[in-house]
Amino acid sequence: MTAEGSAKHETEHSTEYGTEHKTTYREALREALRDALRADDRVFLMGEDVGRYGGCFGVSLGLLEEFGPERIRDTPLSESAFVGAGIGAALAGMRPIVEIMTVNFSLLALDQILNNAATLLHMSGGQLPVPLVIRMTTGAGRQLAAQHSHSLEGWYAHIPGIRVLAPATIEDARHMLAAALADPDPVLIFEHGALYNASGELHPDARIPDLDRAVVRRAGTDITLITYGGSLPKTLAAAEELAVAGVSAEVVDLRTLRPLDDTTVMESVARTHRAVVVDEAWRSGSLAAEVSARITEQAFYDLDAPVERVCSAEVPIPYARQLEEAALPGTAGIVAAARRVAGPTWSAADGGRSPSDGDGRVS
Amino acid sequence: MAEFTMPSLGADMDEGLLQEWLVAVGDQVHKGDAIAVVETDKAAIEVECFEDGTVGRLLVEPGTRVPVGTSLAVIETGVAPAPAPAPASAPVAVAETETETGTKAEVSSAPDADGRQPPAEPAPAHRPLPVGTAPPREAVAVGPLVRHLAEQKHLDLAGIRGTGRGGRVTRRDVERATATHPRVRVTPYARRLAGELHVDLAQVRGSGELGAVRAVDVRAAARTGPTVLPAPGPPTAAAPPSPTRAPAAAAHAAVPKPEPFRTRPATASPAPVGEDRTAAMRKAIAALMARSKREIPHYYLSTTVDLDTALTWLHTHNNACPVAERLLPAAPLLKAAALAARQVPELNGFWTDGHFEPGDGVHLGVAVSLRGGGLLTPVLHGADTLGLPALMAALKDLAVRARTGRLRGSELTGATLTVTSLVEQGVETVFGVIHPPQVALVGFGAVTDRPCAVNGLLGVRPMVTATLAADHRASDGAVGARYLTTLNRLLQHPEEL
Repeated sequence: MTAEGSAKHETEHSTEYGTEHKTTYREALREALRDALRADDRVFLMGEDVGRYGGCFGVSLGLLEEFGPERIRDTPLSESAFVGAGIGAALAGMRPIVEIMTVNFSLLALDQILNNAATLLHMSGGQLPVPLVIRMTTGAGRQLAAQHSHSLEGWYAHIPGIRVLAPATIEDARHMLAAALADPDPVLIFEHGALYNASGELHPDARIPDLDRAVVRRAGTDITLITYGGSLPKTLAAAEELAVAGVSAEVVDLRTLRPLDDTTVMESVARTHRAVVVDEAWRSGSLAAEVSARITEQAFYDLDAPVERVCSAEVPIPYARQLEEAALPGTAGIVAAARRVAGPTWSAADGGRSPSDGDGRVS
Repeated sequence: MAEFTMPSLGADMDEGLLQEWLVAVGDQVHKGDAIAVVETDKAAIEVECFEDGTVGRLLVEPGTRVPVGTSLAVIETGVAPAPAPAPASAPVAVAETETETGTKAEVSSAPDADGRQPPAEPAPAHRPLPVGTAPPREAVAVGPLVRHLAEQKHLDLAGIRGTGRGGRVTRRDVERATATHPRVRVTPYARRLAGELHVDLAQVRGSGELGAVRAVDVRAAARTGPTVLPAPGPPTAAAPPSPTRAPAAAAHAAVPKPEPFRTRPATASPAPVGEDRTAAMRKAIAALMARSKREIPHYYLSTTVDLDTALTWLHTHNNACPVAERLLPAAPLLKAAALAARQVPELNGFWTDGHFEPGDGVHLGVAVSLRGGGLLTPVLHGADTLGLPALMAALKDLAVRARTGRLRGSELTGATLTVTSLVEQGVETVFGVIHPPQVALVGFGAVTDRPCAVNGLLGVRPMVTATLAADHRASDGAVGARYLTTLNRLLQHPEEL
C-alpha cells in the first residue's frame, strides 16, 4: 500500500488544481476536508499517516502544510486509542474527523465505536452527545487479499446511535462531510477504495445532501436495482446493458445505510414491482438481507417476482485477480439476476407484444 | 374438466369461508347456477359456476376457510358424466381442515385383488403407491408407462377416472390429475391486480418461473377475458331449484312494498347477523374506506336538480300501473346516473396501477345499508340498458337479498360506478367516499320542496341535490361538471329514460 500511496502522490499534485469541474472522488474528499477545516476551528483531522504522508490513499495530501500539525495530526498505530481520543475530543466540544486506514483495522476500535460513541448520549440521559466523524476505506477489488478487502459497513449499520454513510458519487464525496459534521451523533463514512480514482464533472450547483434520503440515480420502469457505495458504478453499467436488452432498470443509491430510507426504496418498487439488491458484502446477515426483508414487509403486494440479491461469494476474498473478480458482484451477475427477476420480457398469453409495452405499463 | 375456485368477491377479499354446497357430486349444473354459499367478511354470497357440466368432485368441506383461488370443486365438462364418480371423489388435499369422511364407505368396501382391505382411511391422492400392488378392484386397466408415472408422482390410480377406451387411465389422465393439485403460483402483485381487474386467476396461464402468474399475464387475461365479472346469470327458472334459494324468494314475495333505495332496513327478516359478522363487516368497510381516503384525492361537486318534470311524469306513470309495478323516484335517478356515466365515460371505470381503465358497460353499485349496521353495494349490471320497470324490479330484488344476506357473487362485483342515496334519510346532501378502485361516486340527498326561481318568479319545486365525489387522479373538475350537467339534463326528460 505504501507503493500505491506514493505513486498517487505524484499524480495528485499535477491534477489537484486542474480544471474547475473535472475532478476525482479523492480530490472531492480533500476539498470537503479543506472546507470543513476552514469553516470551523473546532474541526481537526486525526489518523495514521494523515499528515506527513498525506493519507494512505492520498486523501489528505497537502493539508498538513496548509493547516499545520495541530489540526492534521498523525497518530500512533492504535485504532482503539485514537478513536477513543476522538470521542473524548468530541465530548470536550471539538469536531474531530478521525480517519481509520481501512475497515478491517476499525475492528480494533469497534469497542470505542459501539460501546462509547454510539451509547454515551443515551447513557448520560442526553447530556453527552458525541459529534464525531469517522472516515474509513472499505471494499475489495484491488488485489489486497482477505485481510484488506472487507465490506463491513453493514455491520456498523446494525448499530443504533450512529449514522452510516456511503458516498458513491463525486458529489456525495464532496458534500457529505459537511452534513456529517452538522449531525450531533457519531457518523461513519465508508469510502470504497475502488472509487478514489473515479473522475468526473463536479456540478458547481451541487448542494449539501439530505442524509435521510436515498436517491434514484437512474430512472426506470421494469425493475429496481438497489445498491450503494462501490457497487453503484457496476450497477449503473448493468442498467445500461439491461436497457439494450429491453429491460428498463431503475437504480437506487441508498447513500445512508443507517437509517435506511425505506420510502424511496418502496416508492421505486411500487413503480417497478421487482427488485434486486446489490451489495459487495457477504450475503448472510448482510445489509442486502435487511433491504430485501424490508421490501417483503412493506411492499409485498407490489412484488411481481421474488427479490434477489447479488452479493460477494462467502469466502475470504481471494488475492488472485481472476478469483477475486469471480468472488465479487460484477456487472454480468447483476444483469443475469435482473433478467431472472424481470422474467420473460413478454408472455405467450400476451400474443407477442413488444417487451416495452408487455409489462409495467398499459397504454 | 374445469375447476371451480374460491372467487374474489371484491378487491378487499382474500379468503372466504365455504358455508355450504348447493349441489352434490353428480349433479348437472349450468353456467350461472349458484352452486355454493361463500361467507365473506361482509355477507353470505351464492357463488355461480361458469361452466355447463357435472359436479365431479367437491374438494372442500363446508366450514372451511380457504384463500381466494383455491379449487373448491371439479366440474366435469365432458360429454358423458359418470353417474357415480366413485373413488374419483376422494378429496384432494387442498385445505388443511378438510375432512374426508364422505368417501370412507366407498373406499373401505373395496378390497384389492389380494383380498387385503385397504386402509380404513380413504387414500389421499399423494399416498405412495406400494410397488407391485395389484390393480385395485374392477381391475383398472393401466399400462406400464402410466403405472410408472403414477408411482413417480405418488398418485393413487384408484383415485383417477380413466378417459381412455374402456375407462382406461391414460397418461394424460395422470398428468391432469397431478397438474390440478399444485396451487396456482401467483406473485403478490399479480394477485392484487387480479382482484382489481376482476380476473379469475384459475383461468390465467403463468409465464413466470415454474409457471408463476405475473402481472403481465393478469393484464393479458383482463384484456381477453374471462373474468369473474360475468354477464348477469341466466334466469333463475333455468336453474335447478335449490333449497337455499327458496327462502330468499319467499322473503322477496313476502315484502309487499320493498323500498330498495331507502337505507332503512327492509321488513324481511334478515339472515341472522352475528356479532362476528357485524364486526367483520365493520372492519372490511373500515379498511376499504380508509384505503379510499388514503389513496384517492377526492374532489367534490354538487348541483341542485329540479325534479318537478320527473316526479309529474312518475306520478302519471304510476297511476296507470298496478301497485306492485309502481316506480320510486330512485328508478329515474339511478337510470339517469347510469346514462350520464355512459355519456361521460371518464367517470365510469377503475383506477388501477397508476392509470384509468374504462369500465366495460355501466354497472352501478347501489349502496344498501343493513339493519344492525353495515353497508353492501350490490351491482345493477348494465344499468344504462335497463328500462325503468326492469331497473326497478332488479333494484327491489337486490336490496331485499342484500338485507337477507343472499346475494350472489356476481351481484357484488364488477361495479364501475357507485350511487349512494339518502333520499329517505332527510338530509339534503351527501358527499360520498369513493369505492376503490372505482373513480367516482354519485350521491343523492332528500327530495324536498324548495323555493326557487321559475321563469322570473319565485316558485316552489321538488328539488334534489346531486353530488359527485370523483378521483382527481382520473378526472378533473370539468369532467365532473359535465357529468352533473348531463345528469340534470337527463332528469328533465324522464320519458326518455
